[in-house]
Amino acid sequence: MKKNIALIGNPNSGKTTLFNALTGGSQRVGNWPGVTVEKKEGRLRQAREVTITDLPGVYSLSPYTPEEEISRRFLAEGNADAVINVVDATNLERNLILTLQILEMGLPVTVALNMSDVVEKRGDTIDMKKLSERLGCPVVKVSALKREGMGELAATVLEQASSCPRPPKNLFRGELSKAISEISGLLDGHVEKKLLYWYSVKVMEHDPHVRKTVPSSVLERASETVRRLEEDLDDDGEAIVAAARYEFVDSVVKGIYYRSKKDGKSVSDRIDEAVTNRWLAIPIFAAVMFIVYYLSVTSVGGYMTDWVNGTVFEENVLPRTAEWLAGMGVEDWLVSLTVDGIITGVGAVLGFLPQLLVLFLLLALLEDSGYMARIAFVMDRILRRFGLSGKSFIPIIVGTGCAVPGIMASRTIEDERDRKITAMTTSFMPCSAKLPVIALISGALFGGSAWIAVSVYFIGVFSILVSGVILKKIRGALGKASPFVMELPDYHMPSVRNVLLSMADRTWHFVKKAGTIIVVASGLIWLLTSYDWGLNSVDAGSSMLASIGNALSPVFSPLGWGDWRAVVGTLSGLVAKENILSTFGILFGMEAVAEDGVEIWTYMAVIMTPLAGLSFLLFNMLCAPCFAAMGAMRRELGSWKETAFAVGYQCAFAYVVALAVYQFGLVVQGTPSLWFIPAVILVAVAGYLFLRSPRDKEEDEILTEAVL
Amino acid sequence: MRTLKDAEEGERVKVISVSGDRTLRRRLMDMGILKGSDIQVVRVAPLGDPVEFLVRGYKLSLRKKDAEMVGIEAL
Repeated sequence: MKKNIALIGNPNSGKTTLFNALTGGSQRVGNWPGVTVEKKEGRLRQAREVTITDLPGVYSLSPYTPEEEISRRFLAEGNADAVINVVDATNLERNLILTLQILEMGLPVTVALNMSDVVEKRGDTIDMKKLSERLGCPVVKVSALKREGMGELAATVLEQASSCPRPPKNLFRGELSKAISEISGLLDGHVEKKLLYWYSVKVMEHDPHVRKTVPSSVLERASETVRRLEEDLDDDGEAIVAAARYEFVDSVVKGIYYRSKKDGKSVSDRIDEAVTNRWLAIPIFAAVMFIVYYLSVTSVGGYMTDWVNGTVFEENVLPRTAEWLAGMGVEDWLVSLTVDGIITGVGAVLGFLPQLLVLFLLLALLEDSGYMARIAFVMDRILRRFGLSGKSFIPIIVGTGCAVPGIMASRTIEDERDRKITAMTTSFMPCSAKLPVIALISGALFGGSAWIAVSVYFIGVFSILVSGVILKKIRGALGKASPFVMELPDYHMPSVRNVLLSMADRTWHFVKKAGTIIVVASGLIWLLTSYDWGLNSVDAGSSMLASIGNALSPVFSPLGWGDWRAVVGTLSGLVAKENILSTFGILFGMEAVAEDGVEIWTYMAVIMTPLAGLSFLLFNMLCAPCFAAMGAMRRELGSWKETAFAVGYQCAFAYVVALAVYQFGLVVQGTPSLWFIPAVILVAVAGYLFLRSPRDKEEDEILTEAVL
Repeated sequence: MRTLKDAEEGERVKVISVSGDRTLRRRLMDMGILKGSDIQVVRVAPLGDPVEFLVRGYKLSLRKKDAEMVGIEAL
């Protein structure tokens, strides 16, 4: 018996925990088509042939957010034989609003009443039998955290899945109920029989999607009924239905939920008094950020990454494989491809894993405990003007260690547009691989001035904020913003299993999605640096990459560094930014280059002036990041098109900044060039993109009018 | 008309209207903010925005810009 069961519930209702408990480890994670919303599927432990689909956490089945639309479409299209609706017993009223909307679809629903143990601890009681009667569907008491009630839940939902579908019980009363029956009469025969009731409610709510299915002549007549009721009740249809749902839920809860008298401050309230306190909130946030940064980038994660890169790969795997292959009589080019191309690429992916594991563990702890929502609450005001969320602080701060985990940390931002803008701008921060480049330029051209490093950080922050505003205003590119109406869930102890599963899931996803890109791109750059166009093995100075650098140098001469070696250095930075130094080393004929590139300082001073050096540095800090970071962006943005857009934007932005700095600098020095004019124009264009009024708003209004 | 934006910390109020664009209005109603709801202001965020409210037994955070869409009267 192959059955499909959908799992749905409010965010913070324990849905993920329940999903983990029902499926064990047998999960497949992917994305819903067309959006970056995560899709999880698993097999029911009690009956392996049954698939459970974990729908996104939603408060409602309205048509306004991508998560809600996905859930709604999945259920309406008949993909589920039965539905498990997780209901948080500590928050019964709001949770049941969603339950009613699922019942309206006429699907066999089983309510999994979660956290009723917490309710009982408070001294309150819930009459399960009455609740089930009033809703007209089975209710099973579970504790997802303690894995209690799983057997009964599975048995109930399986029974539901094979029972005959029944028409939905009419939960509305009075005038509204009459109006809905009237609409049903008109729609009958024009929509799927099973969904007749649901469609009737949707017509009442002025749901924009109804237009696509219901013929306009029928809709016209049904709208008459809606208008009449609206006049009678002096409100619009959507509000009438919403109020009726709450009225029903209130009446249900009144009859089944018995509150004990005592009322006091909960533990959660007390924690919040400190954590969101006017004076303590920001110091606490700073301390938490420091700990996240310290553990994932500097200490545990950093050491382990250095160990994997250095000890495991550079000192052991690479030389030993080379030796072993050579010993077997394998040809030189094949040894080089295997060792310098493929294994180095794989090493680059694996090297990030320790950092990512530590970061994802910490993020899961912050999310699961409830603190993450407080970060958004406390920091929202600062970043939202710039198209970012309060939660964008985490990616940006982690990004100063390494952009890869930084970009991956944007996953915790719910709003799709905020998340994408964060993922696209995080790599503007100077990561640790960019530090040697900063040291090189400030050492070679600025006498080691610390101001260079400081200004690079400032420009990183400046670029994120300016780009946030610009990207926010680029219409349609990034999806619509959802309103920031956020629940602040009660704090609770994170579940070890949830935290570990979330860590493993996210890390594995990085390996799968970003890993492939990194390996392929590293292999390609290896090929370009090691061979000339006739595929003869040569050194970097006469390789394909060098001739590409030569061809591209006119593009960069307006920035002050048209020397082909500077261009080749920049290209090699795409593998990893610190490679810029070793490439310069090779091109200037050095054996090895120190961390700050001191050996090549004199050569650098020959190929570029200090002003050109500053422009070179800025371009390399802001342009396309390394392949690993691009892979992470691909993972978070969900499509190649948007990844290409992001990388293109970054390069264009970097080009304009570097051009402006160099050309305006020349004017200040009294040696202006003709390129000053295009520089002024490009800055003006950027200024326009930054300052123009957003077009989003007008469009929203037009859409609203069309619907009403 | 007073709005939720003007309510003071600790104050309990009753909702008399919900306006704003469709998306926001529907979201507010789904979260339990509709005509007749009883809402308490818990606290303002340290930087002055957003504001935390107690709605039907749970905590909800709203930006002042959105809270302005909710008309209230004293309870």
